[in-house]
Amino acid sequence: MRFEDEPVPGYPLPILPGHTSPGRFERVLRAGGFAVTTELAPPDSADPEEVFKRARVFDGYVDAINATDGSGANCHMSSLAVCALLTRVGYAPIMQISCRDKNRIAIQGDILGGAAMGVCNMLCLTGDGVQAGDHPQAKPVFDLDCVSLLDIARTLRDDHHFQSGRKISFAPRVFFGAAENPSGLPYAWRPQRLAKKVAAGAQFIQTQYCYDLPLLRGFMDKVEELGLFGKVYILAGVGPLRSAKTADWMRKNVPGMHVPDAVVARLSGAQDQAREGRNICIELIQAMREIRGISGVHIMAYRQEESVPEIVDKSGVLQGRSPWYPERDVSNHSHRTAS
Amino acid sequence: MYAVRQWSVRHARGVNAFYRGFEALLVRMHGVFRAVGYERIEAPTAAVEKAVKGLLFDCRMCGQCVLSSTGMSCPMNCPKTLRNGPCGGVRANGQCEVKPDMKCVWVEAYRGSERIPGGIEAMSRVQFAVDQRQQGRSSWLRVAREKAELSEKRQTSDAPKGLP
Repeated sequence: MRFEDEPVPGYPLPILPGHTSPGRFERVLRAGGFAVTTELAPPDSADPEEVFKRARVFDGYVDAINATDGSGANCHMSSLAVCALLTRVGYAPIMQISCRDKNRIAIQGDILGGAAMGVCNMLCLTGDGVQAGDHPQAKPVFDLDCVSLLDIARTLRDDHHFQSGRKISFAPRVFFGAAENPSGLPYAWRPQRLAKKVAAGAQFIQTQYCYDLPLLRGFMDKVEELGLFGKVYILAGVGPLRSAKTADWMRKNVPGMHVPDAVVARLSGAQDQAREGRNICIELIQAMREIRGISGVHIMAYRQEESVPEIVDKSGVLQGRSPWYPERDVSNHSHRTAS
Repeated sequence: MYAVRQWSVRHARGVNAFYRGFEALLVRMHGVFRAVGYERIEAPTAAVEKAVKGLLFDCRMCGQCVLSSTGMSCPMNCPKTLRNGPCGGVRANGQCEVKPDMKCVWVEAYRGSERIPGGIEAMSRVQFAVDQRQQGRSSWLRVAREKAELSEKRQTSDAPKGLP
């Protein structure tokens, strides 16, 4: 879908009735579009061009770009900075906030700062433990958890005050999200955990990788039973697996990742395993689109970012629409103003 | 102690029932506590609480006990001190992502909550951010005081207005 008032970089869109953010991502979801998001791995560098270069790969294929916050507990450029750079261009970033590295004072400051820089979407996460990353000697903070973080974030936006009660003069206009892992234990309670996040303020959910469709379907059935359809937009997590060996390594070493044996077997039986990995990903996206209550997909293609356009294209989920990117409406630029 | 902690989860129903009775007793003692002074009994009560709950639950004395909502599995033993449920990193065998030798505190909490009447609903209620200033203080006294003062307040507001 196209909106007549697509962004002039650095300027917010008008907030439509019933929306909480001036962003495009919320618009796509609320207009009923099947949204596509992806993940940008922040560089180990202070060069902004590296961020722009990584974002350009997705031009025309994604509605929003997640900027990870020290994912896997590894040190990279901050998510706030990556998002601030992306909004300069006009992209719709989703700023990930992890509770691992910052206390509530720092996090609330980042929410205000991010919103001031034009970040319209934020994803509230617990964060991986420090033992998983390149600085296992660091102090884990975890002053909040993702649910109490959502509660504090929503209070900032809707009640216009910090957790301390001190007023803020202009509230951050942000679309808040959270993560969920349908393949995590205890399976039976995961949908209720999602309900808890919605109760605390989550408006959208991006899930961990889902390679097990029956498990995802069962999860979504319970989510529907809990009456959550219509209260939250759920984007299912997918990603191309490079080879059977990587898949096996990932399920053993990436926290919370579940890859069924059948998927690993299919990969190992293929001539071109990377190709097969992309095919599996495409088929998953097409199947997810048919699951009731799934509003989009979140494609995590770590170190395979260049495959995202092909995957989105072949899956056909955009149905011919072209999400905004800097050059898309070049012919229109001359008569648009920033007011 | 880890083995005792697991015993407490296995016996969550009984432990919870016992605590309910104990809490009611504490609330009834409010008058005495107030007369002696809550601050005066804070330190000795906290010491007893730490010893008892330390043995039973590996209690970390966060001062805002939610054991009844977590199936008697203390969430402050989670390496991420999560108070609202498990993270996404739980291992397929139910062990902790950070400490592979330990069962996930929340997988335990779910098992314990299933044993407590209304436990799953309690576990599904949002727990707000912890007040770090309460660390080391007695949760028993705080709960007794809050509940007693709340019921006092209710009684006064229910009383007919306009009477002396």
